[in-house]
Amino acid sequence: MGYALQQLINGLTLGAMYGLIAIGYTMVYGIIGMINFAHGEIYMIGAFLSVLTYVLCTALGIGPTPLVLLAMLFVSVAFTALYGWAVERIAYRPLRGAPRLAPLISAIGMSIFLQNYVQLTQGARIKSVPPLWQGGVTLWSADDFRVTFGWAQLTVVVVTLIVMAGFAWMITRTSFGRQQRACEQDPKMAALLGIDVDRTISLTFILGAALAAVAGMMAVLQYGVIDFSIGFIAGIKAFTAAVLGGIGSIPGAMLGGLLIGLVEAFWSAYLSPEYKDVATFSILVLVLLFRPTGLLGKPDVEKV
Amino acid sequence: MTAAVISASSPLALRLRDALAVTVLGGLLALPFIGLVTVEEGGALTVRTRWGAWGATLAALFFGRLLLRAALDAWRSRRPARKRAVFSSGDAVLRRAAGTSLLAAALLLPVFFADNRYVIDTATTLGIYVMLGWGLNVVVGLAGLLDLGYVAFYAVGAYTYALLSTQFGWSFWEALPAAGALAALFGILLGYPVLRLRGDYLAIVTLGFGEIIRIVLLNWTSFSGGPNGIGGIPRPSFFGLAFARSAEGRTFHEFFGLEFSPMHRFIFLYYLIVVLALLTHALISRLRVLPTGRAWEALREDEIACKALGLNTTTVKLSAFATGAMLAGFAGVFFAARQGFISPESFTFSESATILAIVVLGGMGSQLGVVLAAAVLVVLPELGRQFADYRMLVFGAAMVTIMAVKPTGLLARREPTVRLNPERSAAP
Repeated sequence: MGYALQQLINGLTLGAMYGLIAIGYTMVYGIIGMINFAHGEIYMIGAFLSVLTYVLCTALGIGPTPLVLLAMLFVSVAFTALYGWAVERIAYRPLRGAPRLAPLISAIGMSIFLQNYVQLTQGARIKSVPPLWQGGVTLWSADDFRVTFGWAQLTVVVVTLIVMAGFAWMITRTSFGRQQRACEQDPKMAALLGIDVDRTISLTFILGAALAAVAGMMAVLQYGVIDFSIGFIAGIKAFTAAVLGGIGSIPGAMLGGLLIGLVEAFWSAYLSPEYKDVATFSILVLVLLFRPTGLLGKPDVEKV
Repeated sequence: MTAAVISASSPLALRLRDALAVTVLGGLLALPFIGLVTVEEGGALTVRTRWGAWGATLAALFFGRLLLRAALDAWRSRRPARKRAVFSSGDAVLRRAAGTSLLAAALLLPVFFADNRYVIDTATTLGIYVMLGWGLNVVVGLAGLLDLGYVAFYAVGAYTYALLSTQFGWSFWEALPAAGALAALFGILLGYPVLRLRGDYLAIVTLGFGEIIRIVLLNWTSFSGGPNGIGGIPRPSFFGLAFARSAEGRTFHEFFGLEFSPMHRFIFLYYLIVVLALLTHALISRLRVLPTGRAWEALREDEIACKALGLNTTTVKLSAFATGAMLAGFAGVFFAARQGFISPESFTFSESATILAIVVLGGMGSQLGVVLAAAVLVVLPELGRQFADYRMLVFGAAMVTIMAVKPTGLLARREPTVRLNPERSAAP
């Protein structure tokens, strides 16, 4: 019982991160109908920026933890958003209306480029930072087993909830959100009604990257160990989350992320940790096989 | 950064402003990665600055952008005078000549480098990549399906031979068709559920599949030897004649009355991959003019039109996918036989990415382009360590650039292999 509860907490934390990344996939897919393969690398870049800021703060002697956290969040989000914008500008915008395969190859090229860029500039070795704080709330204890909700985990869940609430508000209530949804439904019609579609797409990439940066920072807080290749597997899993929730659906991405996180935590705990990636991937294939629209998605109607 | 076309006569100030904007943005992007670096020192990370490298990046961005703009403008102002490139017969003659001379060079190579193991080895590696490139070209170039886990089928082929030969004593030639068939079967099993869906899903599922195969090979120790791999894989023999100083039965050098030389085996392996590659080429060339191949190319151009014409698109995609997988399986058998030792290390995603880069750089659908791209890819790292380090970085950037400039690939032959009324229907 206690063990399962602990796994539930771990799964929630993991799922929060996947959900944040998955939103980036789902929004980009919704608006331009392509998988942004470089999104996993954007998450990796966000994590690297967090580590850099953390180390800089330590070197400059900026002490109190909340201030360090805010600095990490700010720097990581700002620079990662810039990277997201640049990726769209360089790799995808010139390809509007190109043959179907071209943006996919461009995206995979971008992903290879970014991964090698970080490896060459920052080194191939793993970067580890000491945990910002230890301990947590003990929820339940028996004999020698304690169920703890670590402070880092709590931060991950709380920050994710705040970010997602703010994001949901932006999409449903603000004028940008309306424009974004309009472009998703029908870019041509939106353009006719005076919406700057290119600008909306750019903003979508910026937002997606910002959320991925938050996820990257969470990964640093939670695990404290990163390297240049973390974006690859995280990207596949977040994409699976997006497909499971229904690609194009933002609540779906959050739900999918949560489910994938839980599956991974319980699979690692009760079955075999070596094959946890295999489990996630099998979910992807099964969903595509039996319910391609995902849990909350709308059927994909192909028009001539 | 402004995307507006700056005409060739525009004042210098405008260009300078454009270059400055690129430099500022690029400089910001580069600052945390090139300007600053986290290094481990005494067990903890510290930040080091690299203002020199950052400054060099800024300068490169500024002048690079200025030059690029100038070159682009010059090219744009010249373009109206250029005629639209039309597929001409002269082009075909050139291709044929290039193909023939490459083939002659490939066949004669061991004659000139009979004692140079390094050259023969590199050429054999090149042969493997050419074969893999051609196989992937069927999937990506002809059928227009993005396969990001191609190396998985290569691994299936390699492990099939390794296991069949070490456990059951199968010979190379017995295992070759079996491995090809098994790889094709994997292709069908994987492709069937996914190929009914939109093309993008195939890309991510194959990406995942490539990883899964690697993880399973790494962890299922009793089956695949795990990270230790499988060693002692028997080498192929020349119609039963072994390449050894002495062996049971007759050896190659005894049979032909030659002096024993270890080079015989390397040269034999080289010719073996050349023959396998030529068979691959012949197969693809034939398939291209058969209804199957035509259906592949039609599918790449317009899936909905194919459906309207009554083609079962799932079957067509599946046949392309399985053919590509089978060819990778063959290449895998050869790889295992040549190395004598295989481990999951050889089948990572970066291998898939390399093969994809060969196909994209060479021009999707172009057999000759694949050979040239493979040559660049294999020879470049041999030139020096710095080339090897920057290889994938350059390929990633090249893939993005090529897609932006010429989405069909550098030496593309997107021309349908068959067309009605060639005079009138020059590319639209």
